[in-house]
Formats: sequence, C-alpha cells, structure tokens
Amino acid sequence: MNQSQSTAEVSGADSGSQPLLALKSFSKHFGAVEALKDVDLEVYAGEVVGLVGDNGAGKSTLIKAIAGVQPPDSGELWFQGQHVKLATPQAATALGIATVYQDLALAENLDVVANLFLGQELGNKLPGMHVLDETAMEQRAVELLSSLGVTTLRSVRTEVASLSGGQRQAVAISRSLLGEPKLVLLDEPTAALGIVQTEQILKLIERLRDQGLGVIVISHNLANVFEVSDRIAVLRLGRMAATFKAEGASREEIVASMTGADVKERATEETPL
Amino acid sequence: MKADATIGTAPAEPVEGFSVGRALRALGRGELGSVRVLVGIAVIWTIFQVSNDRFLSAVNLSNLTLQIAATATISIGVVLVLLLGEIDLSVGAVSGLAAGVMAVLSVQHGWPPILGIVAALAVGLAIGFFNGLMVTAFGIPSFVVTLAGLLGWQGALLFVLGDTGSVNLPPSVITDLTTTFFDSVVGWVLAIVAIAAYAASVVLARRRRAAAGLELGGMTGAIVRLVFVAGGIVAAVAILNADRGVPLAAVIVIVLMVVFTFITERTRYGRHIYAVGGNQEAARRAGIRINWVKISVFTLASTLAAAGGILAASRGLAVNQQSGTGDVLLLAIAGPVIAGTSLFGGRGFVWSALLGAIVIGSISNGMDLLALDSDVKFMITGAVLLGAVTIDAATQRRRATAT
Repeated sequence: MNQSQSTAEVSGADSGSQPLLALKSFSKHFGAVEALKDVDLEVYAGEVVGLVGDNGAGKSTLIKAIAGVQPPDSGELWFQGQHVKLATPQAATALGIATVYQDLALAENLDVVANLFLGQELGNKLPGMHVLDETAMEQRAVELLSSLGVTTLRSVRTEVASLSGGQRQAVAISRSLLGEPKLVLLDEPTAALGIVQTEQILKLIERLRDQGLGVIVISHNLANVFEVSDRIAVLRLGRMAATFKAEGASREEIVASMTGADVKERATEETPL
Repeated sequence: MKADATIGTAPAEPVEGFSVGRALRALGRGELGSVRVLVGIAVIWTIFQVSNDRFLSAVNLSNLTLQIAATATISIGVVLVLLLGEIDLSVGAVSGLAAGVMAVLSVQHGWPPILGIVAALAVGLAIGFFNGLMVTAFGIPSFVVTLAGLLGWQGALLFVLGDTGSVNLPPSVITDLTTTFFDSVVGWVLAIVAIAAYAASVVLARRRRAAAGLELGGMTGAIVRLVFVAGGIVAAVAILNADRGVPLAAVIVIVLMVVFTFITERTRYGRHIYAVGGNQEAARRAGIRINWVKISVFTLASTLAAAGGILAASRGLAVNQQSGTGDVLLLAIAGPVIAGTSLFGGRGFVWSALLGAIVIGSISNGMDLLALDSDVKFMITGAVLLGAVTIDAATQRRRATAT
C-alpha cells in the first residue's frame, strides 16, 4: 500500500503527491495548560498512521481538533489540498472525516441497522415527516458489513446491548464508513478487547487502508500499533516528538521519544512505560 | 397488537419454527412483552368473571372501553416521554387545566364548543413547549419541572374555574365525543378496514424484504400475529355491537395509537426519540438535534394530556376542582410501565399505553363491580404496579447478563 508515499512523507519532502490531511502548527490551550503546541501531521490516502503518546500527551485533544469537536486555538488544517476550518463535528463529517471514539457511542437499545444509520437514516421524505426505509437500510447494512469482513454477527437486527465488545467496535467502525469518508480517526479501537477480537479489528483497519482510506489510530498498545501502522507519530507533552516509519523502527526508539528519554540512557536505565 | 410495531424490525433472532421452550425463553427476555401483558389481562378478566359474571358482559366491557379512553390517551404522551428517559408528572394537572379552560370558554364565555376543544389543546401544547424549554434550555431535570407543574397547573385550574368550582357541560360536540356510538354496520366496516390494512402492511413488508433478498421472519409467527390481531378486533367489535355499538371515543383512541405507533416505529423522528432515550451522547454525536426532540416530545405529551382531559370531561359531563387530580397521573404512568415501557428510557412501545390502561381499568372496574372499598383498591393496584415493575427490572437485568 502506497509505501512510496509514506516514505516520501517521512522525510517531509513533497514528492508531488498531496497529503490527504495536513496539520500545520496546531496549538490548543486549556487555561495555562498547553495541550497542543505547534503540532504538524500529515496523513496520506491508503495509509495508517499510529498516534502514540503517554497519558496527557495530547492525543485525544488532537483527535478532537481534527474531528471538529474542539477546534484548535491556532494552526491550519489542510484537507485534500484545501485550507479548511472545522468548527463542528458535522463540518468534519461533511468533509469526509469520520471519527470512532473510544466509548463507541452506540445506542444499546437499538439494533445494528439502526445504529449504523443513526442520524443518517434512509427513507422517503413525505410532507412533514421522514418515513424510514428499513429494507434499504438493512440491505445496505448487510452489504457494508460483509464488505468489511464482519461476519461474527448473527443478525443485523440484533440489539447492540447483546453484542460483544469486538462486535460493537466493528459496528462503530462500520458506521463511520457509511458516509464514505476519506479519513477515519480511531480512538483506542482495541482497548478492552480480547486477543481474537483485537486481531479482527486490526484486520478491519487493514481493509480500510486497502480501500484507500487514510486512517489515524490512537493506541496505548505499541504491539498493535506496530502491527497495523505504516507510520507512527509520537506526541509528548503536546508536541510532536517524532515520526517513524513503522517498518524499521524499534520499540525502544518509540518508547524513548514518548518518554523523552535518550535511547542510550534507556539501555542502562529502565524507563517505565 | 404489538405485532404492527414489529414489522419493520424483524425478530432479534430468526425464528425457524415454533417451540414452547423458545417461546418461554423469549417471554422471559421480554421480547414478547406484549404477550405477557395479554396473558395478564386474560388472568385478570378470568378472576373477575369468576367473582362476578357481569364483568365480561357487553355492557360492562363497553363501559370499560369508555372508562379507559382518557387514561389511554394521556398515557400515549407518557410513553413518548418515558422513551426519552424523562418523566412528566404534570400530565394529570395539565389534563384538568385544559378541560377547565375548555369548559369555562364554551359554557361561561359562550365560545363554540369546537373552539373550546382547540383552546384546550393549545393550552396543552403551550405547557408542553414550556416544559421542554425548561428541561433543555436550563437543564432542569424533567422530574422537577413537571413536579412544579403538577402543583402550578392544578392551581391554574382552580383559578380558571373561579368561585363556582365546577362547570357542567351541556350536550355539545364535547359531550358527543363519549356519547356517540356507531351503527353496528359501521362497526363491522371499521373492523374489516383495520384488519385489511394490518394484513396489507404485513404482506407488503414481507414482499419488500423478499424482493431485497433479506431474511424473512417465520411465516408461522406472522400468521399467528395476524390471527390474534384480527380475532381481537372482531371480538371487540362484536362485543361493543352487542351493547350500544363501537364508541367514537374508542375509534379516537385507536387512531391515536396507530398514528403514534407509526411516528415512533416508522419515522426518522421516532427513531431519534429512541436514540436519545438509549444513549443521549451517541444521539448528539450522530447529529441528532436532541433539544428539538425533547421539546417536541414534551409538547406532544402535554397536548395528548389535554386531549385526555377533554375525553375525561366529556365522559364526566363536567369539569371541577378535582379534574385531573387524584390518581389520574399515577395511573397514566403506571399503565405503560405495567405493559412493558421502561422507566429507564429507550425501551417501550405506544400500544403499551392502551394495554396498560386495559389492565388498570379492568382491575378498577372489576373491583367496583365487587363493591370493594377504596383501601383495598389502592393496595391491589399498588401491588400490581410493583409486580409489573419488578418484572421489568428483572428482565432488564437478564438482558444485561446475557451480554
């Protein structure tokens, strides 16, 4: 997958291909706290970028800024070569940026189909009301889930309350794809999942990349990040500490830039993760 | 009756055939919630029929129909509010106030009765809008807003009624609402239309699913539901025709049930009500205008409460200082909860308003026939409510542990 693009991007040199998303010196304050400071980040189509960092490094703040939930105080956001301002989540969605939060935000009392289409239900507009087209939604849901290889669901009419954690994550990710986004932001997609379920979600992420989407994955789990990412961006104390090509980077290097310790120091002195 | 509501949403698990064990397990999980209520109604009716053989007479069942019309109407609004995970404690007081406004305007101020009805509905609409605004704009819990309303609107009723304290309603459009009975032929035509419409909606839905290549639910289940619904309608019309005929009030209530079932189950707006009640944050992130959904639901609830108040006044032929007070509120909330609408939001269905009203109305009517005292009546009604809510809570827990 577009390995050449990623390589070109790592050096920061513009080799003619345009990044899908480019952040330029994003900053965000909360009172006296600098949550983000001059953060630059680029994501290409067909690329998975792992965003790692210790707690409080600014990962969530950065995701929220890209998702339009919490716009940055300063900085520029370029999407597909256009300078855009994202003041609301709706603006980000309309542009083609989908976000899957850690808490998934599914309505447990509704079935899979209803959750997939929540807020973007298919139907027929009649005067004064919007009548749901359950058949079309169910058909589309079945197609979408099978195209993503989500096969563990017994029925798309199952209530989300009775799904496993991995199934819920798969539903949440699938939902983000309904609007046919170009960039998907995943916040801790494998947290609280078992080994098998984690593998399934990682496979799902690879499918997103294969379909040509740009993906940003936030995760605490370095092993997962290595497995799925093309590049790994490290945030530390609100700054972009370093960006690595996943292939060839070592776990030690990443941990060192997460914690700010020197690699050599780390060899002698145990840095807690 | 619930069947109509489930066409769009196929059963959670495909049912290949029918087995008693599976049916019992489904019953326990609450998927056949309305069946449980129907069984409950059958038990209650049997008990009262054994104690007094006039209970299942055409006259008494016809009276029962008229008795529950007002409560069932108010309960529709309660269901909507409960689906949101909110509560409206002011529905009783609003029903009384709306009826009071109607009575005073039409009787003392000489307004045409139909305008009195419109004014009553407008009062409900305005109060509901106010409730919704207080809940959304100021973030005040609906419990508090509507508890204040419970007192405040009751006071407003006393103010509107003035010194007289009671207004009798002479025969008019208002009293016609509960004193009009259709000719038996009209009753049968209504029954045939209703059954045909229901059957057509089932067949059309199945055909569309088949055309789309989607899994069809069990044919047996669909037929059983159809037979039940058709049988229920035929029996109801036969009984009502044996007395005075199908009452206009019953037709009004059924039409309201169908309309609001359609709104909640088949429209985007209804889906959003369930979503807000199930997970408000998820709904917000999905771009649903939560505040608008809440304000509109509170507005509908109070308007339906006003409609219930009009029916109650019509049947009582008067509005007085007690209108909408006493157990009106509690029964309007208890009914849907008994019939399977959750107090915790996101789960329930409009028909529970009618089913619950039938349960509570039957108990009350039956105990009146047995000439039981108020003390016993209150205690028994309380016990039934507690039992039903316990079943609801147990079902919720089982659903939670099943994950």
